[in-house]
Amino acid sequence: MENPANVKKKLPTVEIDLNQCKGCALCIESCMPKVLSLSPAYNQLGYQYAVYGGNGCTGCEACYYACPEPGAIAVYKEKKVKA
Amino acid sequence: MKKELIKGNEAVVKAAILAGCTHYFGYPITPASEIAQAAAHYLPLIGGTFVQAESEVAAINMVYGAASAGARVLTASSSPGMSLKQEGISYLAGAELPAVLVDVMRAGPGLGNIWPEQSDYNQMVKGGGHGDYKNIVLAPNCAQEMCDMTLEAFDLADKYRCTAVLLTDGSIGQTMEPVEFPDEFRPAPYKDWAVYGDAKTQKNLISSIYMSIDALQALNRRLQQKYAEIELKEQKWEDFMTDDAELVVVAYGITSRVAQNAIEELRAEGRKVGMLRPKTLFPFPKKRLAEIAQTAKVFLAAEMSAGQMIDDVKLAIECKRPVEFYGTCGGSIPTVEDIKNSIMAAYKKRIG
Amino acid sequence: MEPSTITVKKGKPEAIYDTFERKAGKDKLTTHYCPGCGHGRVHKLVAEALSDFGLTDKTIFISPVGCSVFAYYYMNTGNVQAPHGRAPAVGTGLCRVRPDSVVISYQGDGDLAAIGTAEIIHAANRGENMMVIFVNNAIYGMTGGQMAPTTMVGQKTQTTPRGRTVMNEGHPIRMAELISGLEAPVYVERCAVTDTKNIMKTRKAIRKAVQLQAEKKGFSFIEILSACPTGWKMTPKDSIKWIQDNLEPYFKLGTIKDVSAEREPMIKPVPTNDAEAIYSALGLQKGKTKASTDRAIGEKRIKIAGFGGQGALTAGVMLANAGMNDGLHVSWIPSYGPEMRGGTANCSVVISDRRIGSPVFESPNVLIAMNGPSLDAFEADVTAGGTIIVNSSIVERKVKRSDVKVICAPLTDLAADLGIKAAANSVAIGVYLGHEKVFERERIYDVLKTSLKKKEALALNIQAVDAGYAFAQGK
Repeated sequence: MENPANVKKKLPTVEIDLNQCKGCALCIESCMPKVLSLSPAYNQLGYQYAVYGGNGCTGCEACYYACPEPGAIAVYKEKKVKA
Repeated sequence: MKKELIKGNEAVVKAAILAGCTHYFGYPITPASEIAQAAAHYLPLIGGTFVQAESEVAAINMVYGAASAGARVLTASSSPGMSLKQEGISYLAGAELPAVLVDVMRAGPGLGNIWPEQSDYNQMVKGGGHGDYKNIVLAPNCAQEMCDMTLEAFDLADKYRCTAVLLTDGSIGQTMEPVEFPDEFRPAPYKDWAVYGDAKTQKNLISSIYMSIDALQALNRRLQQKYAEIELKEQKWEDFMTDDAELVVVAYGITSRVAQNAIEELRAEGRKVGMLRPKTLFPFPKKRLAEIAQTAKVFLAAEMSAGQMIDDVKLAIECKRPVEFYGTCGGSIPTVEDIKNSIMAAYKKRIG
Repeated sequence: MEPSTITVKKGKPEAIYDTFERKAGKDKLTTHYCPGCGHGRVHKLVAEALSDFGLTDKTIFISPVGCSVFAYYYMNTGNVQAPHGRAPAVGTGLCRVRPDSVVISYQGDGDLAAIGTAEIIHAANRGENMMVIFVNNAIYGMTGGQMAPTTMVGQKTQTTPRGRTVMNEGHPIRMAELISGLEAPVYVERCAVTDTKNIMKTRKAIRKAVQLQAEKKGFSFIEILSACPTGWKMTPKDSIKWIQDNLEPYFKLGTIKDVSAEREPMIKPVPTNDAEAIYSALGLQKGKTKASTDRAIGEKRIKIAGFGGQGALTAGVMLANAGMNDGLHVSWIPSYGPEMRGGTANCSVVISDRRIGSPVFESPNVLIAMNGPSLDAFEADVTAGGTIIVNSSIVERKVKRSDVKVICAPLTDLAADLGIKAAANSVAIGVYLGHEKVFERERIYDVLKTSLKKKEALALNIQAVDAGYAFAQGK
């Protein structure tokens, strides 16, 4: 999951490690396209955790910066580079 | 080196620089300011740093920072200032940081006055800040020892990763005497536990917080083992005419200088008196005192306080011999007559 | 060339540990902070800047006392944990010893604006090359929600249960403005980790401060308004709104001071390891001083006293220096302690053929009284059989003691005759040595030669010593 090469989902995308989420929902607040939501289920820490619906991420990274946990949210996107 | 006639307070700074000390952080207070002034003069000449801190508390925390970064660092103050530094000294102990402190004692309690006293014994030798910790405490009684013990203090502080204190007073600090400085300059050693701000030490942490009970117990055990080792290896003293002495004076610092005169005069009158001068107050020279207690009949603890070191004398000899007391407070240095009279009173009371 | 596409990840920066091994318990991935706490957001921004600028290994991060006391669990830098409020003093020590490192003092409002007020003000005022991240959440979080200096008027906390009042607690303190009032700080900004716009402004400010520090431009101060949902007893979402509605109107956001463009880098000194240079700086001379003497002179306890400017103290130093060079034991102490009296400047000198006991004595065996009050003060103390040298140019009265040797010498007149009235102290030394040869006169010449650089002054002082010496010999 950590290695971008293994990410096969549609880019841009957001990955939330459910067991690092404390359910503060600040990422959900920050999300412009409104593609994040709180799960009805609880994680190992006992929190309802944030989840990504799988569509609509713009790669703006607002959720990454909104999240107080260092490793809970990662945003993947494509970047053009000159060869 | 050729001898230099120099004040003890100034000798501390020159010796510190020759021991690789590069940083001084302090706050002015009489009668310790000369040390800060000498540091302000000499350190910039060698590319070192002198900072006059905003408070004693800030000064000792600057010492904490500099020691964390691996420097050999010095601060000095006098009694009320040392009281203020106690918070930082406890943190230095908790973080096992080496630093050298000079306490040029003055009379207390409170603002007291600026004249000499030896009433910081308890706050420096027994701890003073919170928690179970000790400082190594050295007690110079002349300018040469202000130099020698400064050199020694830096080595001891690094060896044991603890604070080493020179416990002295205004009269020793103010007296100019010949001092022979060492021929060798010794730069500060590399400390692999310190935080140098580089990749090699990036993983290091300087801290005194241990959230788990087990971890804090382990730290305390380690500290106590360290202090036990110091007690075993680092006791230092000077015998002065103790061989056949029936009465042995125990005195340090300026008091020991006066006692020397008193003993010389009484010896000339045929009295078998001598002196055991602790050069280290922690560790207290228990071994030697216990030996002397086998032959001497009575001890006299002489100090410029209401009686602080006397407890350690009694403990060292396990109360096997009577320990009489001479003390003076308020800033007066005892006269030779004072000490002679108290020796003779003890002599008559206990020996006859 | 055709542009190609790669996948980039925005995630945990390298300046934050992969796993938090210093943290207790099984969970080594999440912080100890409460849900919605602003600290984590700020940690990430600082770590991102350090990572992006390649400064992680050069950084020393100071954890304070407060909720961020465990910041060292997370920061993959050199770490130092500081006593409460003292982080800027600890930082001063760090950045003075390691001027090439990036020193970050990370503090909360109780730490920085209450117990550590002196330390932050003075570190800022000295312009220490460090950056301070001041997380202002208007409450003491770690200790369970007590009032902070930045707590708003009316805000309820554990120690303001009915709300902070101006009458009892005063107004909240605006630290960024206070710091910006000082000359030295190079950059002061107040930000808020609230919505995305303000988080990105905070990011920019932190990056700027890190860069300024790497450029050695001095002291930067970033105050960050930050949420404490637990302390405030609110949801994380409501906490953000509370900052916007209550803190931001009082603690104005934006750049408060920025003089970075006009500031030059400050290059701090580096200690030398050159032994020769060090010995030279300390004024220490190679060689050996005569270790001892076989002449028996006994012990001379000499009190020299006069009014300020007569050179009584200097005369004592000269005698002690000369004695030292002749292999004798010596000590010198200026008037000190309760023996200072009578408005005279005086010193006590001991010159002895054996180890000296106390440098402080009650009974001199030599008194050199350079003025009347000095004779009044010390005449009675002189031991029977001792010597009193009186400056008869000034002292009108006779010596009352009959059990001492008295030498009345016109010290000031003899010096004035040479045209150098200030050398009365040299005359006094000459008189003393003429009376009692503790060492040869030449030893004093030697001392004068090292202390007086001007040839004329040296010659006159030697003549002064000789004049005194001749006077005493003629007696």
